[in-house]
Amino acid sequence: MSRIIMLRQGATKAADPSDRRFAAFVATMSAVVILLVVGFIILLAVDSWPSIRKFGGHFLTGSVWNPVETEVNKVNFGALPFIYGTIVTSIVALILATPLALGSAIFVSEYAPSWLGRPVAFIIELLVAIPSVAYGIWGLFVLVPFMRGTIEPFLQNVLGHIPVLSALVAGPPFGQDLLTGGVVLAIMILPTILSLSREIIAQVPRLQKEGMLALGATKWEVLSQAVLPYAKGGIIGAAMLGLARAIGETMAVTMVIGNSSQKITGSLFTPGYTIASAIANQFTEADTQMYFSAIVELGLVLLLVASVFNVTSRLLVSRIMARKEGANA
Amino acid sequence: MPRVNEQGRFLRRRAAGLASEIIAALLAALSVAVLFLIVGHIIVNGLGSLNADFFTKIPKPYGESGGGIAQAIMGTVIMLIVAAAIAIPFGVGTAIYIVEFGRGRFADTVRFAVELLAELPSIVVGVFVWALVVRNLTGYSGIAGSLALAVIMIPIIARSVEEILRLVPDSLREGALALGSPKWKVVIFVVIPTVLPGILTGIMLALARAAGETAPLLLTALGNSFFNYDLRKPMAAMPLQIYTYAVSPYDDWHNKAWASTLVLIAIVGILSGAVKFATRRWKHESH
Repeated sequence: MSRIIMLRQGATKAADPSDRRFAAFVATMSAVVILLVVGFIILLAVDSWPSIRKFGGHFLTGSVWNPVETEVNKVNFGALPFIYGTIVTSIVALILATPLALGSAIFVSEYAPSWLGRPVAFIIELLVAIPSVAYGIWGLFVLVPFMRGTIEPFLQNVLGHIPVLSALVAGPPFGQDLLTGGVVLAIMILPTILSLSREIIAQVPRLQKEGMLALGATKWEVLSQAVLPYAKGGIIGAAMLGLARAIGETMAVTMVIGNSSQKITGSLFTPGYTIASAIANQFTEADTQMYFSAIVELGLVLLLVASVFNVTSRLLVSRIMARKEGANA
Repeated sequence: MPRVNEQGRFLRRRAAGLASEIIAALLAALSVAVLFLIVGHIIVNGLGSLNADFFTKIPKPYGESGGGIAQAIMGTVIMLIVAAAIAIPFGVGTAIYIVEFGRGRFADTVRFAVELLAELPSIVVGVFVWALVVRNLTGYSGIAGSLALAVIMIPIIARSVEEILRLVPDSLREGALALGSPKWKVVIFVVIPTVLPGILTGIMLALARAAGETAPLLLTALGNSFFNYDLRKPMAAMPLQIYTYAVSPYDDWHNKAWASTLVLIAIVGILSGAVKFATRRWKHESH
């Protein structure tokens, strides 16, 4: 590889001015991508500055979101209920999706014969192509009634008598609530975690697996003692990318989560907002400068949190990939 | 009795192995079932409302049944074309830079920026264009929607074209260079024609993704119940129409929302299915 790169460099430097112009041209095109990212951060920071200056840390910890000034209530922007909704739905999604995705990944890459594994993986990964709004309409008309009529009463029966867990299922089952939001998100991030987990499992050195098999280990022993320990970091990275996507997901959640900023109750059966769904629901109402600024700040928070998870995930995954390259050398 | 013990342990190990296989198979089956369930519901609920009017008429006012979503189909097509016209040069240019010229810190930064942009929540793209373009320049408009879609398409195109360009064997580049042709001619007349089908599939992938985007359009194009070819005015789009109809209280609109969803996933499915098929075949051929 390094020889080729040297060749490329040599070609660029030695050639005629037209080459330099062409290189400058494509470099400019790619500079636009950097400018976009920088522009995102600067613009969102500048536009949310009034809100940041006025509310400061209270924006993240305050739980009153009141955009309209009345005699009794002053204008106040505390986004904690939205942040809470985002955290709860994402955690529910992660708890449901990770075992499902990991089990499926193990099945298609270790257990199933390839004539079965490939199409199964292909089909599950098709989920990623379904637009968010399609999940939304399915969630609204199919999943919500099912959750309200079947799953949530069932959960209440089972968990309702256990001391701590009963708080999670308290209150009437609405169907349009945090739990349903989490379930829709789980389906949406399933293909993300699956395909990345598959890639990582494929990186496990063959010698280690074959060595164990040769010693008489069963497939499960190979998996649990050679494959999973090796792939652990990468699988956590895969789950984290799923988390990053769950945090930023908007339409499907907006359509099933109920969109009401009730008090934080601790019950999964409470209608709520996520940060993203709050933006989608309220941007048309932003008639004052401060309201506008507060909504942009929600966008900024989303941008920063999703990017942090995304970058961390990539670091974890690339460590596994790099180890493989080292092992082969 | 050591012998019996050993046999017991052997059976236990076999049983654990079998159990793990069954659990993994069940989880995979469940994942597959979810897809079939969702797609099945969309097909069953959507088919009923599909007719010629659906594709050729605009929505009827509240209460009257009939009409269609022609203006939304038109809006989606217009905004996709404008977005593609903006995104393709930047996406392809970035990929060419990364693969053919990129080195050092600047190239690393570009690559990192592409990754960040690709994983940006789409609603944040909406907020960005809303704050920059809608509030300051145009108001809710087709051009703002197109810009938002373009921002979403650029990193997808850049990533897939980058991947495709890396498949071109270096011997091809070296051969052309050895004949004395300048680097830019090598890129434009040798490298790109070789992988043109791959580049087109990358663009289709980006289009498929952009066609289904709702959140960024909500904040920029806003939607429209009438035909509108003016990019400076609010424009309809299929995902927006689905959202508006789905959250409305009217049964007729719910049916139309299902039908629109069916049409949308058919479009997206054909685009991305074709891409998966084409790239797989293409990769096999080049190896």
